[in-house]
Amino acid sequence: MTTLLHEASLKRQTVFDMLFRNLTRLAAFAVLALLAAIIGSLIVGSMPAINAFGFSFLTSSAWNPVTDEYGALIPIIGTLVTSGIALLIAIPVSFGIAIFLTELSPRWLRRPLGIAVELLAGIPSIIYGMWGLFIFAPLFADHVEPWLNDHIGPLPLLGPFFSGPPMGIGMLTAGIILAIMVIPFIASVMRDVFDVVPTMLKESAYGLGATTWEVMWNVVLPYTKIGVVGGIMLGLGRALGETMAVTFVIGNAHELHKSLLMPGNSISSALANEFTEAVGDLYTSSLIELGLILFFITFVVLSLARLMLYRLAKGEGQGA
Amino acid sequence: MTAEQIISAPKLIVRDLNFYYGADRALKDINLVIPEKMVTAFIGPSGCGKSTLLRTFNRMYELYPKQRAEGEILLDGQNLLDKKQDLNNLRAKIGMVFQKPTPFPMSIYDNIAFGVKLYENLSKHDMDERIEWALKKAALWTEVKDKLKQSGTGLSGGQQQRLCIARAIAVKPQVLLLDEPTSALDPISTAHIEKLIDELKKDFTIVIVTHNMQQAARVSDFTAYMYLGDLIEFGDTSTVFTNPKRKETEDYITGRFG
Repeated sequence: MTTLLHEASLKRQTVFDMLFRNLTRLAAFAVLALLAAIIGSLIVGSMPAINAFGFSFLTSSAWNPVTDEYGALIPIIGTLVTSGIALLIAIPVSFGIAIFLTELSPRWLRRPLGIAVELLAGIPSIIYGMWGLFIFAPLFADHVEPWLNDHIGPLPLLGPFFSGPPMGIGMLTAGIILAIMVIPFIASVMRDVFDVVPTMLKESAYGLGATTWEVMWNVVLPYTKIGVVGGIMLGLGRALGETMAVTFVIGNAHELHKSLLMPGNSISSALANEFTEAVGDLYTSSLIELGLILFFITFVVLSLARLMLYRLAKGEGQGA
Repeated sequence: MTAEQIISAPKLIVRDLNFYYGADRALKDINLVIPEKMVTAFIGPSGCGKSTLLRTFNRMYELYPKQRAEGEILLDGQNLLDKKQDLNNLRAKIGMVFQKPTPFPMSIYDNIAFGVKLYENLSKHDMDERIEWALKKAALWTEVKDKLKQSGTGLSGGQQQRLCIARAIAVKPQVLLLDEPTSALDPISTAHIEKLIDELKKDFTIVIVTHNMQQAARVSDFTAYMYLGDLIEFGDTSTVFTNPKRKETEDYITGRFG
């Protein structure tokens, strides 16, 4: 009798086990299915534009709803340049924040500062946009842009990028706002990974007589590089796709300028601004194709990050 | 006969050393002489302050805000605890190896070059020679000479620990601090390291903290027994182990306690 009961419960367990395994499998495959469905619908939606413009869509700077001519060059450049500016500013600042929080800050200051950084990450992007437009842009136009014009404008190579009318809104402003938005992400990931570096490893470097900077740069950073690159990619992902804040401050002009002080457009802000007024299939389809391109850029960026990590691991030697 | 009289060539002299973790006094009026080019072992139960004492010699405690040391530690007559003493120079003279192997996440070559580069600007050729010298001293050269470009983290535990020793001696320190260097290693690797310690004392003054009394008996020339922050007994190893003067020491080494 007892053995029978035992067998019955065993059997029930096997059934549950199988059920559970298949449920988790279903959940995992649902993600893949969703991904495929999104790519599929983007491709189907952008077919009219792809048929009409082909590859020239990527290289054309035209954007004319009246003549129904569309090209993605300006938004693509806008997205890449603003994200690039954002990372250029955010990476060193975040590194500094993380070093301070993990190595230099007095213990009582660590928690409040760490929490403040995390709170910064929780601010809705529309608030960054409003703040950028109403507070930051005017200040930037009055105090920083004239200085850039005067001091960097005349330089031979860099000059053209930093000269132009001080309007406050434009690519540079969008990049800086994006930097402020991604700093909390990158900084908190960096802090978390720096925190898990074994004390003994740091002490061995200090024990050789290395300074805090040498320990951070030569030991902690290589030890945590996967996490650090991961954090940067998280920030870049946010910067590439950020819509509201960028829409507020980038200027939303389909114009191609060398100067970063001039207004431009990014993929996401073009989408946000124009979907409501998109009349005609080709217009809508072109916007969807922009979405597809953004999807593709993010995908490429993530793949490059993986490749970079792989290279780094190889460069460090086998067994790593 | 006091320890100072036994030892003719003192390398480190500790005078009235007190150490505090915040308000806790972890070392109490320690007086000790570490002889040059010999192995001195610190033994005692956990929490007795032996690692704390070791970490005052290179002022490692200064990384942590609430820890401080009072008293004097003289290295060839110069007080290490003097604030004016340059910390990086001090650490060039006093190398340290830890409980667990801590290879840096870089190649074997760079692991050793790292410390050397902090103090010396060597040509490629001189650096190659220095690295070979350090690896030979650490009895690791034959095992790694064909894979210097590979990661130090890919070596076995015992090899990693010898890499750390090579890294410490590559800077050409005078004193080598070993903080339970074999506690994470298997018996064979431990035997390797102990043999190595015997070789290294020809060139370096060695201070080793160990939990393993047999190890202290095997490798050291002098032994200090510590308990609850006090230095209970200090003397040459054979005396401390066979004929201890203090009852507490005898209880500990005979395994009656600890």
